[in-house]
Amino acid sequence: MSDTAETKIALRGLYKIFGAHPEEVLPLVRDEGMGKADLLEKHGHVLGLRDINIEMQAGKITVIMGLSGSGKSTLIRHLNRLFEPTAGEILVDGEDVMKYGEQDLRRLRRERMSMVFQKFALMPHRTVLENAGLAQSVRGAERKTLEAEATRWLDRVGLEGVGHQYPAQLSGGMQQRVGLARALAANSDIMLMDEAFSALDPLIRTDMQTLLLDLQAELSKTVVFITHDLDEALRLADHLVILKDGAIVQQGEPQHILLHPNDPYIVDFVSDINRARVLRVRSVMKKGAERENPTGVVDAEDTLESVIARSEGDTDAVYRVERDGKPVGVLEMRDLVRALVPMRPAEDTGEAGTAPLRAAM
Amino acid sequence: MATYDGLFRTLGLEDWCARGDPAETSAAPQSMRDLLAQTRGEDPEAGIPLWDTPFPSLDALHESCAAIPQSRELTRGLEQGFLDIRHVLKAGLDPVTQPLSVALRNALWLFQETPWWLMIPLLALLVLGVARSVKLAVFVVATIAFLAFIDLYDEAMQTLSIIFVCAAICVAFGVPIGILMSRSDAMERGTIPILDMLQTLPPFVYLIPLIFLFSVTEPKLYGIAIILYAIVPVIRLTNLGIRLVDKEVIEAADAFGMTRRQKLWGVQVPLALPNIMAGVNQTIMMSLAMVVIASLVSAPGLGVLVLRGIRNLELGVGLVAGLGIVLLAVILDRVTKAALARVDKSTAARQ
Ligand SMILES: Nc1ncnc2c1ncn2[C@@H]1O[C@H](COP(=O)(O)OP(=O)(O)O)[C@@H](O)[C@H]1O
Ligand SMILES: [Mg+2]
Repeated sequence: MSDTAETKIALRGLYKIFGAHPEEVLPLVRDEGMGKADLLEKHGHVLGLRDINIEMQAGKITVIMGLSGSGKSTLIRHLNRLFEPTAGEILVDGEDVMKYGEQDLRRLRRERMSMVFQKFALMPHRTVLENAGLAQSVRGAERKTLEAEATRWLDRVGLEGVGHQYPAQLSGGMQQRVGLARALAANSDIMLMDEAFSALDPLIRTDMQTLLLDLQAELSKTVVFITHDLDEALRLADHLVILKDGAIVQQGEPQHILLHPNDPYIVDFVSDINRARVLRVRSVMKKGAERENPTGVVDAEDTLESVIARSEGDTDAVYRVERDGKPVGVLEMRDLVRALVPMRPAEDTGEAGTAPLRAAM
Repeated sequence: MATYDGLFRTLGLEDWCARGDPAETSAAPQSMRDLLAQTRGEDPEAGIPLWDTPFPSLDALHESCAAIPQSRELTRGLEQGFLDIRHVLKAGLDPVTQPLSVALRNALWLFQETPWWLMIPLLALLVLGVARSVKLAVFVVATIAFLAFIDLYDEAMQTLSIIFVCAAICVAFGVPIGILMSRSDAMERGTIPILDMLQTLPPFVYLIPLIFLFSVTEPKLYGIAIILYAIVPVIRLTNLGIRLVDKEVIEAADAFGMTRRQKLWGVQVPLALPNIMAGVNQTIMMSLAMVVIASLVSAPGLGVLVLRGIRNLELGVGLVAGLGIVLLAVILDRVTKAALARVDKSTAARQ
């Protein structure tokens, strides 16, 4: 993560409790640390979110991950105030969204944030073109502007010539492309995506991820992406937030979380993935080190899998790591192999790349 | 004396009972049982066997205790109460409902004055317009021609004109009421019992207070009865239709900053339209049912002939008029269902 990046969205001490009298039970949760199960059993309230603090950087993809029911949808719905928090602050561009009146809030939703939904949530009675132009029509734009914008973004997401059809006539993957075009056509800085690809088949899902990354390279929007899928999270995330029972268990650079999970919950989460395919050279190299006669040269962004393939299984190999042609460190195959062993929970949450690797034995 | 004398004696309420009018108690026999007993020459003073003990109803208790009113006092009280507020109600309701009379009179005039050779093609065009089906238009023309052939044309047109006016008013009021209900749970909770009552009251019962309120010569008398009876489904189904709109779609509308108005007319009503149309269909069918009953209070049309059949035992007239009503019901149902199917199909293609 770059230090210079500005914070686009900040959540400070956000709590959400569902039920008849959330304010009354809030102190139990906040000050006495009552858990979700106890709160439900003894007071009949559902703990949605507990003390959420996240800084989301402008132009980056922040991924929020957690199992079903962990509060992901609840969290993302606070950003545009589809849900009202029980306590806490929501800052967008430094402005407190909670202070917004109806007008300001509507402007926020119309112009500064757009949203993509898990089940697409397209308007079934409107054509694909009208759906894609929703933000324009809500703002009262002229039909011509609406069509131009909608067509531009439909084309961009690979849906040329289907504008006159109705959503139900399209496949799920195509419908979600319409959902994406609809969000893009709002020309907002911020895009909220609630499990946007979760309902799609794996292959189509990968395509959509690629599309999103391409778009992101071009548009640099502030994306808040929700998923329950770790592979997806690792592929997309600049910043990864892991939720459990409404609370953040760990957040940070994804590679760092992978190497230093601080909770058994996360260890469970990461135990199934192909670490070699996800981890990158920069995360396991010795930073700044130099070595005479390296076996070869690798790029800092290469995956470990590609390095293993190149080494042909030679565990003594040593590589010089370069970024943009400049040496930045050294990768020893022994470190690489060690990084592939699943971790046990780390007690510290040290900075990415600096904490020592610990093998679980 | 009577069965429950002992009861009041034990309770020590004799004095209180005696305060009731003693003259009335000893006057002419009060109940059927007494009358029967008298004609049979039985002595009411004799003990009543357990088997024949009457239920301690108002009338039975009254016999033993004059202070307790008879049940006819209850009905009389209700009647009096209603008569007392009648002019207030009338003063309030008369002006607001006057347009209904005007509309009904004009519709009746229009449907009867338009010559048949103009009316039938106009109706065919209307069917084409709402149902987009030539087959159905032909069917409607044939049915009306048949009714005209057996000399029921005038009556059928009268019935039809009343239905048109009343159903239109039902929709004009029912859809907005349904929308309001869908927006507020409190409003829904308050309205549903009223709708339940309107739907379960036997249609004849509506007529009773209305007869007291309005003159029988005024069309609004039956107009109100028909509207009260037929408006229920369109309200219910509008409310239901809007509440059934996919929550995710509503959430998307909110997330993109739609105003309540944009959401209502741009999303909720269009998506609720199939349900609303189903409500309109039911409303029209119920208007037809009620317009027949309303002939009791001078609503013109086929119902009058049915009534004649019953009153004068003119079997043939009654049966033919009944057939006419069935035929009208069939074409009204077919046409509204076809319109509904058209709406459904265009939404189905999209869902
Ligand atoms: N409107 C609501 N009323 C009560 N409880 C809710 C509501 N919305 C969500 N919850 C509860 O909050 C928790 C988090 O839900 P959600 O945010 O939908 O999880 P996720 O999106 O991670 O699957 C769940 O326990 C859910 O039952
Ligand atoms: Mg969810």
